[in-house]
Amino acid sequence: MLSIFEPLAIIGRVVMAALAELGRLSKFTAEAVKNIFLPPFYWRLILKQMLHIGYYSLPVVGLTALFTGAALAQQIFVGGSRFNAESVVPGVVVIAIVRELGPVLGGLMVAGRVSSAMAAELGTMRVTEQIDALTTLSTDPFKYLVVPRLIASVFTLPLLVLVANVIGVLGGYLIGTERLGLNAGAYLKVTVDFLEQADVISSLVKAAVFGFFIALMGSYYGYHSSGGAQGVGKATTNAVVGAFITILLANLIITIVVFGT
Amino acid sequence: MKNDTIPMIQLENVTKHFGSKHVLNGVNLSVARGESLVIIGGSGTGKSVTLKCILGLLKADSGTINVDGRDVTLMGKSERKKILSKFGMLFQGAALFDSMKVWENVAFGLIQGQGMDRVSAREIATEKLRRVGLSPDVGDLSPSELSGGMQKRVGLARAIAAEPEIIFFDEPTTGLDPIMADVINDLIVECVTDLGATTLSITHDMASARKIADRIAMIHKGEIIWEGSKAEVDKSDNPYVEQFIHGRADGPIQMEILKP
Repeated sequence: MLSIFEPLAIIGRVVMAALAELGRLSKFTAEAVKNIFLPPFYWRLILKQMLHIGYYSLPVVGLTALFTGAALAQQIFVGGSRFNAESVVPGVVVIAIVRELGPVLGGLMVAGRVSSAMAAELGTMRVTEQIDALTTLSTDPFKYLVVPRLIASVFTLPLLVLVANVIGVLGGYLIGTERLGLNAGAYLKVTVDFLEQADVISSLVKAAVFGFFIALMGSYYGYHSSGGAQGVGKATTNAVVGAFITILLANLIITIVVFGT
Repeated sequence: MKNDTIPMIQLENVTKHFGSKHVLNGVNLSVARGESLVIIGGSGTGKSVTLKCILGLLKADSGTINVDGRDVTLMGKSERKKILSKFGMLFQGAALFDSMKVWENVAFGLIQGQGMDRVSAREIATEKLRRVGLSPDVGDLSPSELSGGMQKRVGLARAIAAEPEIIFFDEPTTGLDPIMADVINDLIVECVTDLGATTLSITHDMASARKIADRIAMIHKGEIIWEGSKAEVDKSDNPYVEQFIHGRADGPIQMEILKP
């Protein structure tokens, strides 16, 4: 029987479910952060994860940065030429890449690659009882599986984004000098003049924060997945979506805090 | 201090529910030191949940769970870890770590749990693999390259590698052909006798239960409804036990299925 309160009840259920999920995620995050500082530390696993997250993401992150930097230079050139301001190309490209596009697009690409892989791997380990097996072998699965992924991701993302920034600027440089006829020496000089220390630092801070969310979302949804193959599939999707949203939100907050005043 | 009169594992009034579903409704169970108890029961009656509550993989809602005379439900993380080092477990699907080689799986508890060096751990792993009838070169394969029966044997080798005092077997023969099932049963009996371990197994395979049990308990709807020695199970006039061991669809146990 439908009562007039039914819509309210539905809203209530949705809100309650969302709050419960947020609560679980907060607990997981607190537990994860606490365990980062407690021994034992699995150095081998951290290095292995760094290799997975960093080295194998280089091609995709590099290509993303290269194409984005190049397209950006082309757009700025077209836009700037209306005001005879083609010379702003290098400055705008480097600011846009280092402050926003390098970390954000780099973070999103790595999230697509890594959060999903983590969720699928941990999710499969969960549904095949491998995580329970770790406990019976006197190993804390949280420390063994989640913490190395978090540490590796937080330290690897800044390195990846540094590479992405350089390649992004290079993409702009290549289009600018080879296609748009800008002077190579002047391009590099303007780039260096425009770039400030704060830009680079904020870029790396963003990258580390994004790295945290990438590993957190991948681990959280994987670790808590249930219900066989379908459950693992759902965990993978949720991990990527969760990582995307948290990256974009964190980016907005950091941008406002650092550059908003 | 070892006291032979204290049961190795003792559960009193253990309850557990998931949402509105009550899975354990006051389980009482006692396993003596060196004894092999097999819990039989249908799917969804709470067998696995019982094991997981004892291991602390699930948290019981109420009741006490004593292992070696100490209540594990009251323990902190570090104490629990110490207690867990007494346990070994063979999982239903073997639960081998597929990112590692077979020997690394067997040696895992020794390397990670006890901090043994890899060379000595590998020697023990090879020895344990031989114990379950697998040649040393199997150690270099990855778990996905093995058949179901071989995976179970590797799982058994991993469970006994650290020579635990208590071993749990979760459906040790499920998914195996009858001959391989019997091989696993024999191996379980041999390994347990070697170690003098206390074991708790759950199964719905009566052939397996008869082979590995000293005592059998039957669980139904989250309660232990019958308990007795292996010999008594066939003479029991308990209608639930009778129905279960003969595998009849008709009887006091009704499956929740819709009749067409």
